[in-house]
Amino acid sequence: MSPILRLDQVSKAFGAIKVADSLSYELAAGEALGVIGPNGAGKTSMFNLITGTMAADSGRLFLGSEDITTLSAPRRCRSGIARSFQVPQPFGGMTVFENALVAATQGADMALGEAEEHCLDILEQTQLMAKANVPAGKLTLLERKRLELTRALCARPRVLLLDEIAGGLTEAECGALVETIQSVHASGMAIIWIEHVVHALLSVVERLIVIDFGRKIADGEPRAIMTSSQVQEIYLGIGANA
Amino acid sequence: MSASQYRIVQSSGASRIAAALGLIVLALLVLAPYWAGRADLRLLGEVLLYLSLASLWNLLAGYAGLVSVGQQAFVGLGGYALFGLTMFGGLHPVLAVLVAGVIGGLVAMPVAALIFRLRGAYFAIGTWVMAEVFRLSAAQVSALGGGSGTSLPTPVVQSLADGRDAREALSYWLALAMALLALAVVYGVLRSRNGLALTAIRDNELAARSLGIDIWRTKFTVYVIVGALTAATGALLFLQKLRISPDAAFSANDWTAFVIFIVVIGGIGTVEGPIIGVIVFFLLRETLADLGTTYLIILGMFAIGVMLLAPKGLWGMVRARSDIQLFPLRRKVVAKPKD
Repeated sequence: MSPILRLDQVSKAFGAIKVADSLSYELAAGEALGVIGPNGAGKTSMFNLITGTMAADSGRLFLGSEDITTLSAPRRCRSGIARSFQVPQPFGGMTVFENALVAATQGADMALGEAEEHCLDILEQTQLMAKANVPAGKLTLLERKRLELTRALCARPRVLLLDEIAGGLTEAECGALVETIQSVHASGMAIIWIEHVVHALLSVVERLIVIDFGRKIADGEPRAIMTSSQVQEIYLGIGANA
Repeated sequence: MSASQYRIVQSSGASRIAAALGLIVLALLVLAPYWAGRADLRLLGEVLLYLSLASLWNLLAGYAGLVSVGQQAFVGLGGYALFGLTMFGGLHPVLAVLVAGVIGGLVAMPVAALIFRLRGAYFAIGTWVMAEVFRLSAAQVSALGGGSGTSLPTPVVQSLADGRDAREALSYWLALAMALLALAVVYGVLRSRNGLALTAIRDNELAARSLGIDIWRTKFTVYVIVGALTAATGALLFLQKLRISPDAAFSANDWTAFVIFIVVIGGIGTVEGPIIGVIVFFLLRETLADLGTTYLIILGMFAIGVMLLAPKGLWGMVRARSDIQLFPLRRKVVAKPKD
């Protein structure tokens, strides 16, 4: 089966700092891929390159069979890539429901009536229905994270990018959010998930890649990756010989 | 509860009362030529055209974040288009007003492509420079009187309607129609998908882009719509005045400073603000105009007072105390009653 998303030798540097160094991998349709790596390894930059908020210096990106390398960020969202931000970026003056409507009418290009139905369904799924009429600026952290997920889903993506969506949450909150993400994944959504909360990540993803200094240094079955000495050394800071 | 148990409502009790009152006011305004004197009718016409300008500028600056101080470019363009089209094109004045609107929209496109390269204060200055270019260009057209301007020829004026009363009534009704059209377009845009996009851009550009909103195109659409309607309003303003000159047509004071005053004291970024503002502005003008320059000083102090005490304008002050909306834009999710 052809991949839903493909990165081919994608590179990006700011001066001497390489945030993406010949990054290549494929995401299969319906697959959930986890991304780990130390702070500053280039994980969020990778999302910026995929969503188009940052332009690659070289390399190509494909969504399905379409070359999206030169598309603008809004066009990529309309083509089917949606993300949640690590630091939530709500439309603070709009209600939760209106936030969702923006994503459905713009990202998914739906007419208002259709969008309203779609958003109600998603709000139900992400358990934000009770907050539908609350201005997004007044939400708690967990609710803001859920809103990030809600908006991304309302854009009806083919690939969902989650950037540390479980970060900063309590254990219980994290568990509830993981259940929601599991249900999204179970519906067939392809997901790339950057996360430091590893146990949350491992309860969803089927595959893991490790990024360091903009390079992909490991790619494979999550548990094998987590126990490999290379990952323990670079990512967890545990000496291989210790 | 499943999603099918919810529905979306937009109107509220306040908005229904406002709509009912609005219809009564509208009926009174439609019938104005039968109950108002000639001077009052002219004043009302002017109030309505200012309401149109203020609502349009509010959409531009208050919602799309395009703080233009050069909308007199389109007022003047519309005025000159009316004179040119009726005098040399032989168009009926009412048709000329419509064509002036189309011209305004067409001219707004290249203007937008040019000045959208500028940001913030530079954008504002760019719009002003653009208006000055328009003014100086108009002064070069000798067929329309060059720098000293010209009057609308009598045959053109008479083609509007038979008799002075009928002409003044028609001119007034056109102003009323213009104000209603501007309000309807502004409200329609804000309720549409574009309106959601505009509000989203105002709140968070990064998230807006990432959710599929083409910021440039959204603002461009608003700029062109506002340009078209501002030009049509300009044509009507000079159909009332029957005389045009570059200084009057492209006056930054008349068509931008007063308009900004109206929107800011009424409440920028609300549909209701310009309506409140235009009423306050004309009340001040009509009661204080005899004071000469003192009137302008009072106007300025009033503006400063409102900005200090109620930075969101008079309507913003009302909104801070209750979530009232006469033109409802909120979409509320409510549970369907169980049957």
